[in-house]
Amino acid sequence: MLQNEYRPFLTEIKEIVKHTDIEYTFRVTYEGAVKPGQFFEVSIPKYGEAPISVCGINDGTVDLTIRRVGKVTNEIFQHRAGDRLFLRGPYGNGFEVENYKNKELVIVAGGTGLSPVRGVVEYFAEHPREVKGMTLIAGFKTPRDILFQADFARWREKMQVILTVDQAEEGSTHQVGLVTEYIPRLALNNAGKAVAVVVGPPAMMRFTTLALLKAGFREENIWISQERKMCCGIGKCGHCKVNDTYVCLDGPVFNFTKNRTLID
Amino acid sequence: MGYLFTQDGINAVLERWADDYLIYAPVRMAGGGAFSDTDSIRYGQVRRVEEIVFDQKSNYSFKEILLPLSQTLFFFTEDEVKEAEASPKGAIILLRSCDLHGVKRLDEIYLKNGFEDFFYQRLRSNVKFVLLGCQKAFDNCFCVDMQTNTIDSYDASLEQSGDGYVLDNRCAGWEPLLAEHSLKQLDVRPSHVTETRVRVEIPDGLSIEVAKSKIWDEYDGRCINCGRCNFVCPTCTCFTMQDIFYTDNGKVGERRRVAASCMVDGYTDVAGGGSYRKKNGERMRFRVLHKVYDFKERFGCHMCVGCGRCDDICPEYISFSHCVNKLGGALKEVKNGAAK
Repeated sequence: MLQNEYRPFLTEIKEIVKHTDIEYTFRVTYEGAVKPGQFFEVSIPKYGEAPISVCGINDGTVDLTIRRVGKVTNEIFQHRAGDRLFLRGPYGNGFEVENYKNKELVIVAGGTGLSPVRGVVEYFAEHPREVKGMTLIAGFKTPRDILFQADFARWREKMQVILTVDQAEEGSTHQVGLVTEYIPRLALNNAGKAVAVVVGPPAMMRFTTLALLKAGFREENIWISQERKMCCGIGKCGHCKVNDTYVCLDGPVFNFTKNRTLID
Repeated sequence: MGYLFTQDGINAVLERWADDYLIYAPVRMAGGGAFSDTDSIRYGQVRRVEEIVFDQKSNYSFKEILLPLSQTLFFFTEDEVKEAEASPKGAIILLRSCDLHGVKRLDEIYLKNGFEDFFYQRLRSNVKFVLLGCQKAFDNCFCVDMQTNTIDSYDASLEQSGDGYVLDNRCAGWEPLLAEHSLKQLDVRPSHVTETRVRVEIPDGLSIEVAKSKIWDEYDGRCINCGRCNFVCPTCTCFTMQDIFYTDNGKVGERRRVAASCMVDGYTDVAGGGSYRKKNGERMRFRVLHKVYDFKERFGCHMCVGCGRCDDICPEYISFSHCVNKLGGALKEVKNGAAK
């Protein structure tokens, strides 16, 4: 009998980390191959399914950072450590860290966009010798919206970290400014050979890639991760299709040379 | 092998088929049309040949049998997830050449694009197709230009011939049954049309650049994004997952998939408020290019099969075939740099 890919499997929530009022990381049991940038359909019977990207891969568990913005995620937030959670997946192509090895790497993340790319940041934080230099530019709306607070301190020891917020109250110690402002100031040996990963809201990705190109990055050295509505995750429901491309199958990670041709 | 049947003869065959299969064909739904005192021709279950509408195009396609408009996938009780049961019977679907070409498009998406779809495959593996010969082209048909006017991959064909019915059989297991109830054997070739009044020309060298043309703007105002074109299309297969729980007992519920339309609001909405293609012209462009450009880029054949149902149903009299015929000019417009 053909395997039913729509049938979700049960996992157990091991731990929940609260970043903000509406963004928690759920650590759930999962044994199996999974890459940073891939996603799972979190499946809540009687409420629905939501595609959630993998933000951390550990021994026997994966981390899913979820923002509470709808019917399904509201329901997920009712769960506590020890509860069970249905998943399907992992789906999508994910990031290939091989593409970034032995190069100067710049990762630009906006808001929850940090979560799909966090696995790449973690990889090079653990293997700093595998890149020629690494910069993480992470932008959030306000200091209250900053995700993975605890990770930043650790990352600062391994790479250059620019943590910025769009706006902060007067007297705040946070750097204020859009992520694009920091791109012209990047101290790179050779922007023409450097690689970049950009993940965030559509407008942020558009202006960030423009800024990177202006700074001398080559199109083929930029990768982005797209977000679309996905009901199935397996190339059937059609919601994520752009031109001849299914974001769930061929993405969500795209090289910029491909991404440029994706006209919604 | 070909056969000639009387009405009673073919009904005897249908009766036997009904032991193992649910038989679906275009039937008349009296009063079901868009205007008062008009009928609708839709797919329904048949038992007798008189119920089958041979001389009109069905307003809706066969696809609802393979991909029901609302299909329950799972039942949920407490922590248990139970797959919805399959029908114990297979299906025989009577359909025209364009629609049978449409099945190939459904197969590309549901059997080959990523994982095989469990629920589709379960139904599909137990379906036989009976081709309805087309003795004439209907309004808005353009199958000849889409090269979908003939097809060989049928299990049998059926059409009226004088007072009787002729059938060409390609299913070895049916031979004894057909021989038993037929008047005689004869050479049968299913009728097909060789010309249609409506013609389309898909320009060579079509590319996504055509998205920049101004031709799409007119649909911002004309299209009312009702999605009827999607629902009648034999090759539109999008769905949205829908979970429900029963009001009498919230612990029990089900997960369904329901037909979705790329023309209707909400199709691209992501959590948190983002959405793509907000204008109706952009949605029209997305649909038209999917049908006659990007599906072929991915799967090797055009998605559109030229049935013309979208043109038949549009309440705003928007013509898909006219739009396709404008693509050549749109391409020139973009190439000449006259685009916005």
